[in-house]
Parts: sequence; C-alpha cells; structure tokens
Amino acid sequence: MSPQIQLVWLILLLPLAAAAGITLATLRHGRLSAALSIGAVIAAFAASLLLFVGHVQGRVAVPWISLTDGTTAFLVDLGLRLDPLSALMLLVVTGVAGVIHLYSYGYMADDPGMGRYYAGLSFFTFAMTGIVLADNFLVLFIFWELVGAASYLLIGFWHQRPAAADAGKKAFLVNRIGDFGFLLGLLLLWATLGSLDYAVLESKLDANPHALGPLATAVGLLVFCGAVGKSAQFPLHVWLPDAMEGPTPVSALIHAATMVAAGVYLLCRVFFLLALPDSQALPVIAWTGAITALIAALMAIQQNDLKRILAYSTLSQLGYMVMAVGLSGAQTGPDAGFHHLITHAFFKALLFLGAGSVIHALHHEQDIWHMGALGRRLPLTFVTFLAGTLALCGLPPFSGFFSKDAILALAQHQSPPLFALGVGVAFLTAFYMARLVFVAFLGPARTQQAREAHESPLIMTVPLALLTVPTVLSGFWGLGQACAHALGPSGPAPTGIWATLAEPFTHAPLAAAGGLLAALGGMAVAGFLYHGQLTDPLPSRLGALARILANRFYIDEFYAWLIRVTQEPLARCADWIDRWIIAGLMVRGTHGTFEIAGRLLRLAQTGNLQTYALWFAAGALLLLAGLLAR
Amino acid sequence: MTAGLEHYLAVSVLLFCLGLAGVLTRRNLLVLYMSLELMLNAANLALVAFSRFRHGIDGQVMVFFIITVAAAEVAVGLALLVALYRRRRSAQVEDLATLKL
Repeated sequence: MSPQIQLVWLILLLPLAAAAGITLATLRHGRLSAALSIGAVIAAFAASLLLFVGHVQGRVAVPWISLTDGTTAFLVDLGLRLDPLSALMLLVVTGVAGVIHLYSYGYMADDPGMGRYYAGLSFFTFAMTGIVLADNFLVLFIFWELVGAASYLLIGFWHQRPAAADAGKKAFLVNRIGDFGFLLGLLLLWATLGSLDYAVLESKLDANPHALGPLATAVGLLVFCGAVGKSAQFPLHVWLPDAMEGPTPVSALIHAATMVAAGVYLLCRVFFLLALPDSQALPVIAWTGAITALIAALMAIQQNDLKRILAYSTLSQLGYMVMAVGLSGAQTGPDAGFHHLITHAFFKALLFLGAGSVIHALHHEQDIWHMGALGRRLPLTFVTFLAGTLALCGLPPFSGFFSKDAILALAQHQSPPLFALGVGVAFLTAFYMARLVFVAFLGPARTQQAREAHESPLIMTVPLALLTVPTVLSGFWGLGQACAHALGPSGPAPTGIWATLAEPFTHAPLAAAGGLLAALGGMAVAGFLYHGQLTDPLPSRLGALARILANRFYIDEFYAWLIRVTQEPLARCADWIDRWIIAGLMVRGTHGTFEIAGRLLRLAQTGNLQTYALWFAAGALLLLAGLLAR
Repeated sequence: MTAGLEHYLAVSVLLFCLGLAGVLTRRNLLVLYMSLELMLNAANLALVAFSRFRHGIDGQVMVFFIITVAAAEVAVGLALLVALYRRRRSAQVEDLATLKL
C-alpha cells in the first residue's frame, strides 16, 4: 500500500480543522474565516486530485470499538476506504464544494454572519467526505447524521426568518424518519451477518448469497429508507423544496450537488446488498425513483419561485438516479445512476449558482414573473445558466445527455413502462427548464429591478465559468467508463469526439432518439406557450389541474392533516397522562403525602422541655408494660 | 413487723413518681432539677435495698458511684443554670424554646 493513502486523513480532517478554527477563533472576522475555509477545501481538492490521478487505492483505519462477550465480537474500525468509486466521488464533492466556497465569498460578502456561514460549510464538507470515504456502515451512519446536522444549520442560517427556521426543522425531522429505517436496517444486518464492514459483508455474501435468507428484501429496503430520506424520494421528498430557504450557495452545494446525492451514492456503494438473488428490493427502488421523478417534474411546471423550480428539478433528477440504480442488475452494476449523479452535480450546482447570481443581481427577488430580459443584463450568468439548462434537458453534446441516455437505455432494456415514464419525465424536464429560461432570461422585463440588474462580481461569475467546463465537456472525458469501472466490469471507451457523440445512437438508438425528441419537444412547447408572455397562460388553460400542480398535489397539506389526526391526539393523550397521572398523582401525590405527614409530626415538636420529658416517660412506661406483660 | 424488700421498693417507687411528677409539671428549672435529683435518689434507694437483701455489696458500691457522679453533675448543671439565668434573666422552662421551629 502506498504511503500516499495517508492523504485521505488530510482530506477528511482539513475541513474539520477549518470549521473548528473558525468557530473557536475567527468567527467575528468574516473574510479571514472565508480564507481559512476556502484554503482547506482547495487543499482537500488538490489532495483528492493527486490520489485520483495516481490511482491510489487502499484502506486506512484506526481501531475504535472492540466489544466481546466470549462468543461474538463487535469490532468497528474508524476506517476510510479509497477505491475507484470513492476516489471519483471525492473528486466531485471537493471540486464542487471548492467552487461553491469561492462563489460564496461574493454572495455572502455583505452578510454579518459570514464566519458562521463558512464554519457550517467547512463542517459540511468534512461530514460529506466522511460519507464518501467511510468503509463501514457505522462510520457512514455517523457522518450521515453529521451531514444532516450541517444541513440543518445551513438551511436555518438566516434563523431570524421563521420560514428558514421551520424549513431547517422540517428537513431534520423528515430525515429522522428515513434514518430510523436505516438504523433498523443496520441493526438487522448486524444481527444476521455479525458485521457492518462493507468488505466483510461483501465477502460473506459472495461466499453465500443466501446468507440473509428471507430477510434480504427487508434489509435492502430498510437501507434504502435512509436514501429515501437523504435523497428526498417520495414520500419523504417534502423537505427539499423548503430547504431552499437557506442561502443559495448552500442550496447548490448541499441540496443539489452533494448531500442529496449521498443517498444515491450509498445505494451504489452497497449495491451488492440490494442485488442479492433473494431480494425483491430493486424493483421497489426503481418504482420509487420513477414516481419521484414524475411527480417532482409535474410539480415543477407550475412553480414560480426560481429556486423552487430548480429544487423540484433536483428531486426529479434524484428520482432518475434512484430509478437507474433500481433497474441495474447484479451483472451490470449501478453505473448509469452514478454517472448521472456526477454530471447532475456539475450542472445543478451551476444552475443554482446561476440562480444565486440572478437573485443577487435583483436584490433577493425570486419570482420568475418579476424578472425577464435578464439575458441582456446578465450575459455571463445567462450563457452559463443556458449551458446548465441544456445539460439538464439532455441535449448533446452536453454532459447530461450522456448520463440521461445511459439511464434511458437501461430502462428500455429492463422495463418498458419505466422507459416510457423516463421519456415523459425528460419531456417535462425540458418543458419546465425552457419555461424558466423563456420567462426569466428572455421576453420582456416585467419590473424596474429586472431592467436595472447588473452582472455579479467576478468572484461569482468565475465559479460559474469553472462549473460550465465539466457541464459541457465531461461527456467526452470517459466519465461513463470511469463510473462503470468503479462499479463493475467496463467496456472500452469510444475514442474521438464524433465516436463519443454517436455511441449512444448506435448502442441504443430508441433510447437516444426518444430522449432527444422528448427534450426538443418539451422546449418547443415551452417556447410556444411562454415566449413573450407577461403572465403564466397555463392556469387558465388547465384550470384545476394547474392548481393541483402548483400546490404540489397537496402532499404537504395531506401530511399536515395526517399529523393533526394521528400525532396530535397522541400528544394530547401523552400530555394528559403526564400532567395528571405522572406529575399529578405520582409526583405531587408523593410530595403531598410526605408534606401532610411532616406537618402533623411537627405538632409534636413543641420546643417545651416538659413535653419531651412526658413523651420520654410515656415511652419508658410502655416499654415497662411490654416487659411485664411478657 | 420488720420492713421487707417490698416496703423499701414501694418507698422508692413513690419517690420516683413524685420526682417524675415534679419534672413534668413544675416550671422553674431549679425545682425541676431538684425533682430530677429525687428520681435519681429513688433509684439509689432501690439499689441499696436490693443489695442489702441479696447480701451483696455490688449495689451499694454502684450507689457510691452514682452519688459521686451526681455531685459532679449537679455542679455542672447548676453552673449551666446560673449562666443561663445571667443570659436570659429567666429560669422558667417555657422561655427556653429556641429549638422549636
């Protein structure tokens, strides 16, 4: 094992050191804190790049928990594992995080809480690299929760705003539901196989694929529960759109590019557990992803908040990735989902940062119907945003085309209904993104603010340009092959630009053509409906349907109702028991009994010598009587 | 008729009860003290009587010790009483209730 592997400690601990340093020393000095945090993440990125380019692999560990009762032993190492999968993911996480750290320096420049902001960002980077590098479930779970805590802190960064504070709470609580299932899954794994280490589990299941027996499906689905919470899949998707209350760079980093992808990463990481011959988990996963993709795309087409459109689009794309993982078989490996995860990280971070640039230029205006004609006022933002949009819609030669095509080809091969659904979602994706571009960047300027907008400073536009590079070009970097290599056997990469471009069409022509046509069709319909419009024409055309979409199928309302009829009576009952039985009868009852007894006994304490003497004499007499009577 | 053990014991009990009644009813500390001595001497009388009728001297020896110790105790007790009187200007038991809550 090469000594360079020790660098992973540096990658993990540098952001933590930055977060600790900022919290303890430089919290009041925003710019200094920013420099610390940016330095740490850039160094981590450089180290990741070094490890990736050098093909360094291996495992480092410090012994941590060792419990034994003679027959069974519970051993957990604080272990980090660097293999092609984690190396690639690490590169993406630290790279995107680095760009967003830089961007935040411009976006948060006027905020008095800049130090706190950067501390949170560094803390998040630490936790996220922990998830990527963890080599067993327990370590993963710890970082999993740390990431949730970082997300909570950053969503509620502007805690003076009730909406932001509530959104943070909601994200945390909804994730708790998923994590509860995840924890149950881990306990079940530990109970049946006696280990939580990926390598040990994999070798045990390789040796005996039926080791889990009838529990295989349950374990798979419980582990998937964690991914449902973190990657915001239906029915736990409700927290992600609300999480947009946080600062926009946070939305880009945590709620679009990295943290929400952690669920998909987890599924790829433990795919051996999901693809067991006894397990029925994969179809459930595929359909969960497909449903999420569809309903999120439907919700997105009637949103008017710039960030919320992107949030629903994130949900929808996450659904795509989860569907791709669910469609993969034991032979193929979940590389299509992972490929989309990476390209999505690039273009969705780009889109969010572009949205942040727009919001910054318009002084925190987020309603797209208060924008318009921004293409001329914010040229650089517009061009990069357009690149991100085209990548998201899946047009060649942008990176999103290749990853989305891989998913569609997989779906076509595995399940025709899911293929149709995937193409439909591709159409909707193109539709709502083109709607966003036509309304916000083209068409007439609808407000004075939009007419007077100015391009953001260089510190914000340079990161946009940096992210545009992989958004446009990463399809030609052999990313698909790298993902396949990381997750299983891989074929040879096509060489040359034209061969790469043509490959999807020769490999699965129906999928490529279907995806492309759906994207172009969606854009055309959006252009027809929205070009030059002052208000949204859809509500009047669709009527009630538009209202349902705009209100997100009333799922939030349904949850609120569900909580009102189930949890609230339960809470009232518990409150009554606590108030009357526990506090009233037991606590106050005990206290009252002793109080009354004490008050009565106090009457005997007259303070008069002769009373005591009388008691004493009476006692002596009693003793005497007792003795004599015997 | 000669006095038997029971006669001595009857006197002893009588003296003890008189002393107890004094302790329980009188209000002046000095009188209380004298009543206490009366009870002590009732016990002494009983001891001497037992000793005499059992033809041993253990009880009588014990009584000497009791008288000696009682003399010392009286000295201390009276000193306390005088000190108390100087401080409080009173020797009545009802005035000595500072320990009451």
